[in-house]
Amino acid sequence: MISETLPKIKTPTGPLKGAVNVEGVSMVFNESSKKRSRPRSEPVHVLDSVNFQIKPGEFACLLGPSGCGKSTLLNIIAGFIKPTAGYVMVDQQPVTKPGADRGFVFQQYSLLPWKTTYQNVELGLKIKGIPKAERQDMVGEYLNLVGLAKYRNAYPKELSGGMKQRASIVRALVNSPSVLLMDEPFAALDAQTRHMMQALLLEVWETLKTTIVFVTHDIEEAVFLGDRIFVMGVQPGRIKAELPISLHRPRHLDDVMTPEFTRTSRQVFDLIREETLKSMES
Amino acid sequence: MASTFPKSRTQDGHSASEAKLSRTLTNLFFANRALTRCLSLILFFGIWQTLCMTGFKFFINFQLLPSPVEVLEATVEFFTSEPGVHIRSSFYRVLVGFAVASLLGTILGLFIGWFRIVEDLMMPWLELLRPIPAVAWIPLAILMFPTAETGMIYITFIGAFFPVLISTIRAVENILHDIVLIRVGQCLGANKWFIFKDIVLPGALPGIASGLTIGMGNAWFCLVTAEILAGRYGVGYITWESYVTSNYPPIVMGMLLIGLMGALSSWVVGRGMQALMPWRVINKQGT
Repeated sequence: MISETLPKIKTPTGPLKGAVNVEGVSMVFNESSKKRSRPRSEPVHVLDSVNFQIKPGEFACLLGPSGCGKSTLLNIIAGFIKPTAGYVMVDQQPVTKPGADRGFVFQQYSLLPWKTTYQNVELGLKIKGIPKAERQDMVGEYLNLVGLAKYRNAYPKELSGGMKQRASIVRALVNSPSVLLMDEPFAALDAQTRHMMQALLLEVWETLKTTIVFVTHDIEEAVFLGDRIFVMGVQPGRIKAELPISLHRPRHLDDVMTPEFTRTSRQVFDLIREETLKSMES
Repeated sequence: MASTFPKSRTQDGHSASEAKLSRTLTNLFFANRALTRCLSLILFFGIWQTLCMTGFKFFINFQLLPSPVEVLEATVEFFTSEPGVHIRSSFYRVLVGFAVASLLGTILGLFIGWFRIVEDLMMPWLELLRPIPAVAWIPLAILMFPTAETGMIYITFIGAFFPVLISTIRAVENILHDIVLIRVGQCLGANKWFIFKDIVLPGALPGIASGLTIGMGNAWFCLVTAEILAGRYGVGYITWESYVTSNYPPIVMGMLLIGLMGALSSWVVGRGMQALMPWRVINKQGT
């Protein structure tokens, strides 16, 4: 439906990109790198030999209570920080630094305040050196895709939280990344907006078939969005369980009312409860 | 709610006319911001005139002080003679000093904020020179510069340079501290130069702008100091000369004129910088 009106945005036909391979990733923060306020504190084991593989085109959710290192893990995949041990491969290429092949949507609003919606979304294409006319076409269509065409000349300050995150998502997607990394992108939004954004994200994902790694602490969100959920445990952060979600696609907002959805959520809830209690005690 | 109803009604009747009066006054003086500001100036000069006329003396002595009326007379006298040459030469000294200071201060500040090696090479001696007041530079300015004019420009430069420099350094450091915006650039494939020009530079602009506004004011601040150095012209020169000849009303006139020109040019700088940042919307209390 989307591709009929938006000729530049095509559902890919060839083999999909975006295989993510996390091999034995451990992360230790010690006093020198992070805890400057508490000198000589114990090194903190944030992640302990995490392994998992994400298939091209898959929607994977990293789910866990706060403090389980899920954001750290995502930052390692993005290349923002280097793991203490282990490595990450994206499409058989080792990750050494941040790059345009891995799009990132931040939890905080991260549009550049001095650029309009259009200019923010255009950024990646400008960096790639794509000619202006082509940039205009592409950005225009991506803005249409998330319903922001009307706000192309607005500054971030004039946008609502949901609009800002939609713009952030297309800013990452317009670059055609192999993987889209999302760090609790809807956590700051109100419940209604959050649900709409989840549905929109699924629609976009089904069109573009980009691999998504989505970090969240919200069980319903993970179940609604993901093909697979990696439940993370705390102290140290690790993958506790891996759970395929067999709910049919395409998914719609009212699917959350079905018994099947409730049953799956319940299953995840039981898995995560123990870890949440553990993280609250610490 | 219901119990407070009759009480408030009686109060209404009592103070209706008072309320109306205060509302009229409020509308007259505070609804229009320009009018509010005029009122503040009228009050300032009015209080000053009253203190002079009554010979106020309590710790601070107003008895010997030129009153606004005397200052006005001196001003009229100044403007009926040849004011242009004084105002022009002062403006020239301040603006050239400020221009050099803002160019050098911004560029150096960007480098110091961005590269650690530049910071380590430059900051020790810059910090050493920074606290030195402009007046202390007069002898060296005479020794160092070929003409009195360049020496004077150097003094105004000293005043403007450090606020611009320090604000720019801090502004760059602040934006580098905001790691999310830097990461936005990185994960879109931006190289260091792109991050600098599209993220760090516009992000530092508000800080640079405040440095320029303060720098502009400081350049005027140093004008009297600069014009002690030499010359026959300049508003600062008149101020200093009048002090030497114990002619007090022109001193106050010179002071106020410097204040006025300084405020005006700071305002222009502020406006200019605001035009460069259309994305900034400032909503203050009471708007």
